[in-house]
Amino acid sequence: MKTTRRDFIRGGVSAFTVTFAAPAFISDLARAQGANRRNLVILYLSGGNDALSTLIPYQDSFYYSRRPTLAVPAGSVLQVGADASGKALGLHPRLTGLKQIFDAGHLAIIQRSGYSNSSRSHFLGTDIWSTANTTNTTGSGWLGRYLDQLPNPAPPLAGWSAVGTVPHSLIGNYVTAPAIPNPAGYAFLSPNTGTEATYSRNAMTSIASHLPAERPQVAFVAGTAQSAMSTLDQVAAVASYAGTVTYANNGLAQALKAVAGAMVQGIGTKVFWVQTGGFDTHSNQGTNAANGTYANNMATVGDSLLAFHNDMKNRGLLNDTCVLVFSEFGRRITENGSGGTDHGAAGVMMAMGGLVNGGLYGTAASLNPDPQNPTLENNGGDVTFETDFRSVYARVIDNWLGVDSTGLLYGNFRKSSLSFI
Amino acid sequence: MARTLPQIEHLLRRAGFGGSETELSDYGEMGYAAAVEALINFDPAASNAIDDFIRTPGYIGVTATRAFEPQTNITDTRQRWLFRMVHTPSPLQEKMALFWHNHFATGYNKIAGVVGPADGARLMDSRASRDPLGMNGQIELFRTMGLGKFTDLLTEVSKHASMAIWLDGRQNTRNSPQENFGREIIELFTMGVANYVETDVYAAARVFTGWNYTRTLPAGSAIANYTFQFNANQHEPAAKTFSFPIYSNGSKTIPARAQTQGLQDGIDLIVALAHHPETARRLARKLWTFFVSEVREPDAAFVESIAQVYLANDTDMKPVMRAVFNSPQFASAGSHFERYAWPVEFVVRSIKEIGFLGFSVSDTLTPLVNMGQTLYEPPDVSGWDTGTWWFSTGGMLARMNFAAQLVTNQKFNLRDLARPYRSSPESLITGFALSRLTIPMPDPDVYNALLTYVRAGGNWTGSETQLTNKAGGTVHLLAGSADYQFV
Repeated sequence: MKTTRRDFIRGGVSAFTVTFAAPAFISDLARAQGANRRNLVILYLSGGNDALSTLIPYQDSFYYSRRPTLAVPAGSVLQVGADASGKALGLHPRLTGLKQIFDAGHLAIIQRSGYSNSSRSHFLGTDIWSTANTTNTTGSGWLGRYLDQLPNPAPPLAGWSAVGTVPHSLIGNYVTAPAIPNPAGYAFLSPNTGTEATYSRNAMTSIASHLPAERPQVAFVAGTAQSAMSTLDQVAAVASYAGTVTYANNGLAQALKAVAGAMVQGIGTKVFWVQTGGFDTHSNQGTNAANGTYANNMATVGDSLLAFHNDMKNRGLLNDTCVLVFSEFGRRITENGSGGTDHGAAGVMMAMGGLVNGGLYGTAASLNPDPQNPTLENNGGDVTFETDFRSVYARVIDNWLGVDSTGLLYGNFRKSSLSFI
Repeated sequence: MARTLPQIEHLLRRAGFGGSETELSDYGEMGYAAAVEALINFDPAASNAIDDFIRTPGYIGVTATRAFEPQTNITDTRQRWLFRMVHTPSPLQEKMALFWHNHFATGYNKIAGVVGPADGARLMDSRASRDPLGMNGQIELFRTMGLGKFTDLLTEVSKHASMAIWLDGRQNTRNSPQENFGREIIELFTMGVANYVETDVYAAARVFTGWNYTRTLPAGSAIANYTFQFNANQHEPAAKTFSFPIYSNGSKTIPARAQTQGLQDGIDLIVALAHHPETARRLARKLWTFFVSEVREPDAAFVESIAQVYLANDTDMKPVMRAVFNSPQFASAGSHFERYAWPVEFVVRSIKEIGFLGFSVSDTLTPLVNMGQTLYEPPDVSGWDTGTWWFSTGGMLARMNFAAQLVTNQKFNLRDLARPYRSSPESLITGFALSRLTIPMPDPDVYNALLTYVRAGGNWTGSETQLTNKAGGTVHLLAGSADYQFV
């Protein structure tokens, strides 16, 4: 898959050069910042989250017969009521943080989201979710296309990737987002001190602003250097942010703290990308063990989101943000012999924010392995999708970001029952 | 350091990690064709002996607050590999090891979680001749077999305990086949996505049921031995049918076999995958990307001709690599500086060109994390996202800052080397900095920015203070520039 990613980026490089070669844009930047404080935060659970352990159909007897060691006992789940089909559901017992948000009415859970002929490959699956295209996954990312249509040129921090690389979703045809895994380490070093260090910084800024049109690959790299130099001061302000709550010392919580800091500083970021891994649980999944892999993952996700939720609430910014949570696929219903689950199909998406209409959306699958069971596929092996993930994207794009989703998604995926925002 | 051999410099940047002054002169004297042969037919004894020079004067340093234990401490193992990259007499051996590390991308943490940190480090990269139990780690397989037959390499990597743990093959049993390894050996190690169907994955998982390892702990030893073991009673004996031919007669079915004979299932599949024409093309494309150009699409003629060499030589990588380096596409001046340097390539080349006396490879470890590349810890089994993907703002800042850190360390060495060029800012830039680094002549805008920098802070007199600040300062700016991020 890497070849295709590169293929795409090469195509985007010349366009990129043109944008960055454009004259200064201070007034545009100020306008984009002031217009609208709303942002979207993507929380990507990488590796293929086992949706059936996140939102548990604790009264489905097949859930227990097909998962003799991994099933969470009915008495342990955090009940969240029943969905439209009357199926009783509960959150993983370590999702106490999410349960609080759910009870506050700020969490929407969208069941059985995916697409037809779901890819079981991490890499192809991720590209499909990134491009919002199930047939051609070499193009720009859906969030990159959103950034592309911001008042041109977009502010350098319009997108913010809190991981070390810029995910495919955030790659646009014209705009690329910076990757800032650690705001505190985002500072410029010089071999000299005092005024000599200032000369170095000025010279590096000047060198990075040279974008040779005849060598677009060099222009691309110089563009990232230019973007780094131009965002140093704003990121330094974010790095110094102290939350109103304590954020745990793990990657996800710290990334969400940076998001909170960026919001409080008002630096104009429209889309944040944060992610947490460890969901490719082929073996020793540990849904029930106190220190099990999956149980710990759930605690990290739930607690980090609760910290962010409360911090933003305290700051009066909760209505300015919407967090969208998803993974590249769900996992096989029947557990394997390694105490884990293999790659499956449909998963679960979640949305969190002050203006989110909380509750359960969509209906749960019946886990009856009968090959005729319409809620399953792959001979009853995997959960089949009910809601196209692009319908969820469409709702967020139309109703939250305020842009026409049909353009960004190359089609009309609107689904009126998805009234979560 | 005169930079007058563009073809040899190009070859050493690609087949190795850049040339030191001595290497450039040695390989330059041989001429291009002989240099290629020397790189391919390296002397394993000489490259093994390089470890004896760790912690000796004249070489880059390593740092450990306790005993330096590269066999069993992963931080030290990392330092040792970087040391080898800087000083090896067999650059292509280490370069191929890096290529295969990305191809079979296996991560230390998961392995250490199962076998503990010491054996985890050994399973990643121990060297039999230096390991108390005589075991080779996975990366050592790449060093010793990376220029041999791919079929053999794929077989040994698949049998190695590191892989059995990394992709869960050790838990792949008859009653509950586990698909992780079966999927990736097809999707990532050989044919690639789009050339197989889901049922091939399920069949492959059943083929490899029973592939496992045995751990034996010698009396009184803190470290164990790990050897391949086929657990016949865990093997699924039924026939397995694929969507592509397994045998030369075109048969797509691995026949039902007695459990005790079941090891042959996996061998048959490995041989078939290694010899599949799509595997040949996929490897040829990966070689193009790693050795020739990331700026241009893999050239169709190149891919076909390399795939042909691969298949005609029974998957032997030595003739393949000879063909790569002797191809017109590789030799073309147009392909110079058309690869985005991986973080370790950037770091090792900077060290070789800027200087290393008094510097420790341990000071590269955190910067490499910030640039996005931790050796022995690829992000997932598909390896690192390379090319433009390295160049996030944070990653680029980390490169500029590593250059600053290295130059700060080498400041006085650089000042001394720059003395003959102190007469003018122009001489400092052109005579010194631009000949120190193998970098294309900068565009006028960049040159003028350098000139402005050297002149900033008062009239140029060539004083010791000016030379100390500006010699290193100029090298820092060049090494942190976009041009220097290409090899």
